[in-house]
Amino acid sequence: MTAASESSAVNTRPPGAEIEDENREAAMAGEPPFKTHPTARQDLLAAALKEAAIAAFITLALAGPLIGLKTEPAVGGLTLVQRWTPVAVAVAIVFVGRLLLRLFVWPAAGVERRPAWYARLGVALPPATGRVAVGALFLVGLLLPFLVMWLFPSYSRQFIDLGLLILTYIMLGWGLNIVVGLAGLLDLGYVAFYAVGAYSYALIALHFGWSFWVCLPIAGLLAALWGIALGFPVLRLRGDYLAIVTLAFGEIIRLVLINWQELTNGPVGLSRIPRPSFFGLEFVPGPGGFADYFGIDYKPIHRIVFFYYILLALALFTNFVTIRLRRLPVGRAWEALREDEIACRSLGINTTNTKLTAFAIGAMFGGFAGSFFATRQGFISPESFNFTESATIVAIVVLGGLGSQIGIVISSVVLIGGLELLRNIGFLKAIFGPDFDPTQYRLLIFGLAMVFIMVWRPRGLIATRLPSVFLKERRAVSAEFVGEGRG
Amino acid sequence: MRRWTTDPILTVEHLTMRFGGLVAVDNLDFQVGRGDITALIGPNGAGKTTVFNCITGFYKPTEGRIALALTPEARNRLDDITATGRRGTHDGHLFLLERMPDYEVARRGKVARTFQNIRLFGGMTVLENLLVAQHNSLMEASGYSIRGLLGLPSYRAGVAAALDRARYWLDRTDLTDRADDPASDLPYGAQRRLEIARAMCSEPKLLCLDEPAAGLNPRESAELNRFLQFIRDNHDLSILLIEHDMGVVMEISDHIVVLDYGEKISDGSPDEVRSDPRVIAAYLGVEDEEVDTVEREMST
Repeated sequence: MTAASESSAVNTRPPGAEIEDENREAAMAGEPPFKTHPTARQDLLAAALKEAAIAAFITLALAGPLIGLKTEPAVGGLTLVQRWTPVAVAVAIVFVGRLLLRLFVWPAAGVERRPAWYARLGVALPPATGRVAVGALFLVGLLLPFLVMWLFPSYSRQFIDLGLLILTYIMLGWGLNIVVGLAGLLDLGYVAFYAVGAYSYALIALHFGWSFWVCLPIAGLLAALWGIALGFPVLRLRGDYLAIVTLAFGEIIRLVLINWQELTNGPVGLSRIPRPSFFGLEFVPGPGGFADYFGIDYKPIHRIVFFYYILLALALFTNFVTIRLRRLPVGRAWEALREDEIACRSLGINTTNTKLTAFAIGAMFGGFAGSFFATRQGFISPESFNFTESATIVAIVVLGGLGSQIGIVISSVVLIGGLELLRNIGFLKAIFGPDFDPTQYRLLIFGLAMVFIMVWRPRGLIATRLPSVFLKERRAVSAEFVGEGRG
Repeated sequence: MRRWTTDPILTVEHLTMRFGGLVAVDNLDFQVGRGDITALIGPNGAGKTTVFNCITGFYKPTEGRIALALTPEARNRLDDITATGRRGTHDGHLFLLERMPDYEVARRGKVARTFQNIRLFGGMTVLENLLVAQHNSLMEASGYSIRGLLGLPSYRAGVAAALDRARYWLDRTDLTDRADDPASDLPYGAQRRLEIARAMCSEPKLLCLDEPAAGLNPRESAELNRFLQFIRDNHDLSILLIEHDMGVVMEISDHIVVLDYGEKISDGSPDEVRSDPRVIAAYLGVEDEEVDTVEREMST
């Protein structure tokens, strides 16, 4: 069929019931915020002044109460301290900055004009680079404890702990990726399953004294059960509504953990959670311990290294299962669900069951991660499972690129590892003075990084999608075609 | 030969669909003959797509019965099944579609459909689209993912069969070269073909096409005609289509049902419908009172 007719046909779609939906999508597809294109120089200046004034006014409205007013404890209650100088500085910065940006960085054409270096940022690397990078990452992950002990003997414990933290988030990200990235269901309460896994392990291990390897699958199954329990009421919800209900679910689980004192010990939490043993060998000094059996000197770090490999194995298992599932009919149905739910139903796919399996399997991996968290910390309390955790995991998945396994690894390393390293950076103190505490700015930097990545790569770091099956060659599907899911 | 009265695969009786005060379909009766190409035509807003949505389970009709008989003998049990309140016979030969959810209509009733505004899985490749259509057979082959996770040979055989079927329809729709491209990247005409190929991969007994020729040029329309006739002649199924393109409708249909304002105004072979004054009146926008006048003019 001819190309001419095809190109003209794209915009001449027949009217019908579905067209409203499409019109809505088209309306939301995004226009640049600046629509005016003044031609003359005076027009440009006038428009720039107007925009700068509006931006300055918004800053005033925001900064007025936020920066301008401050409550301070005083005798007999609080006093209100007024600080108008910083407000004026903020307003001035925004006004001048916006004016300059509008005049010189976005001249006339609006935001679409970007500096030359910008275009180079998104250029895809040759495919071989990806494989080499993944192999290198895998090797580093595999050898990390030994690399660290060899390179930084004095910091080894700290670095392996950081590795554990990053791996935990990678695993949580991979679990959530099934729900958010593949099935396209925005789940803001994922931490609930992490909590269910952690408490299941802790309670079973404390009350029945079963070993870690028995409790782990039980905890995973219980989390999956809760995934289904959450799945049922939210099946009919989409988009924002789904996000709100899942968020509420996360909070409900946390509140139950706080208030069900008899079972969970309330806000005090559970402590002295048993540690896993290495085939029956405990990591303790003295006869019968791990070090004694292998005839080496006892070191506390042995346990940390052991933990690291348990978690690495769990994470690799998660990854293996996810990759495998993606190539199975159920995985393809998840992705089809993300692309078009109505078309799925017209092909005989039971979308209810498909969504529930996504929730259940995602929750199960969250439960595994939770069990591990409980056994590593030896202590859990509801405080560890607040909304910030959910938000961090969602941020990792979104920044990494929905559906991309390796993208989640990169974003976990950057977000979690980067923030932790910030705690230990010494040279900032040299610049900003000895009172400077970088950890105070962690969330600010976190936010800036998110804004930057969302502007630079709105679909996440690795936004392309690899097809699950191919006839001649496997070609990555560009992000512009891939749906984000509306449920 | 009027197969739609002697051996219908689909029997729609007293179908009524109301949305609040609006009566979209009013007491509609028609039949689709086994092995026929049946066209459902009518002016815009006549309720054609609503009928489609009722048949495929996307809407629950307000009133009426929609019986799908996959074998000629099954129709004899229609009244028994209706009285029992079940969805169909245990042998899977007779279904009451108005009692079934949409995905069951597709899965058990073997009714496949396309959409007026193409609904492909845009971010998935052409080949993946065709495999998603075979979800249920693949799901069984993969032992509900258990056997598939372990990569057992029985699953691999199922995948090979699914890929063969996909390859067959890729060849038929001239899409083999684009099999590894995302569906959204295809030109419009190819997307229409892919949607039909995807529906065919689910091995339907009744294929419902909602305006398959919309947006196609005359040459593409002619190709579509040949393709639909090929499907009907070689694949043991019946086709029900909504179409505005009279060239397509008159050339390939065995049977035409005409709707206007949710009511059936004509039903018969293409020649009968073409000469029906009520159809002409509906299409030319003549007032009801003037139908007699038109009829008189036509007969002179």
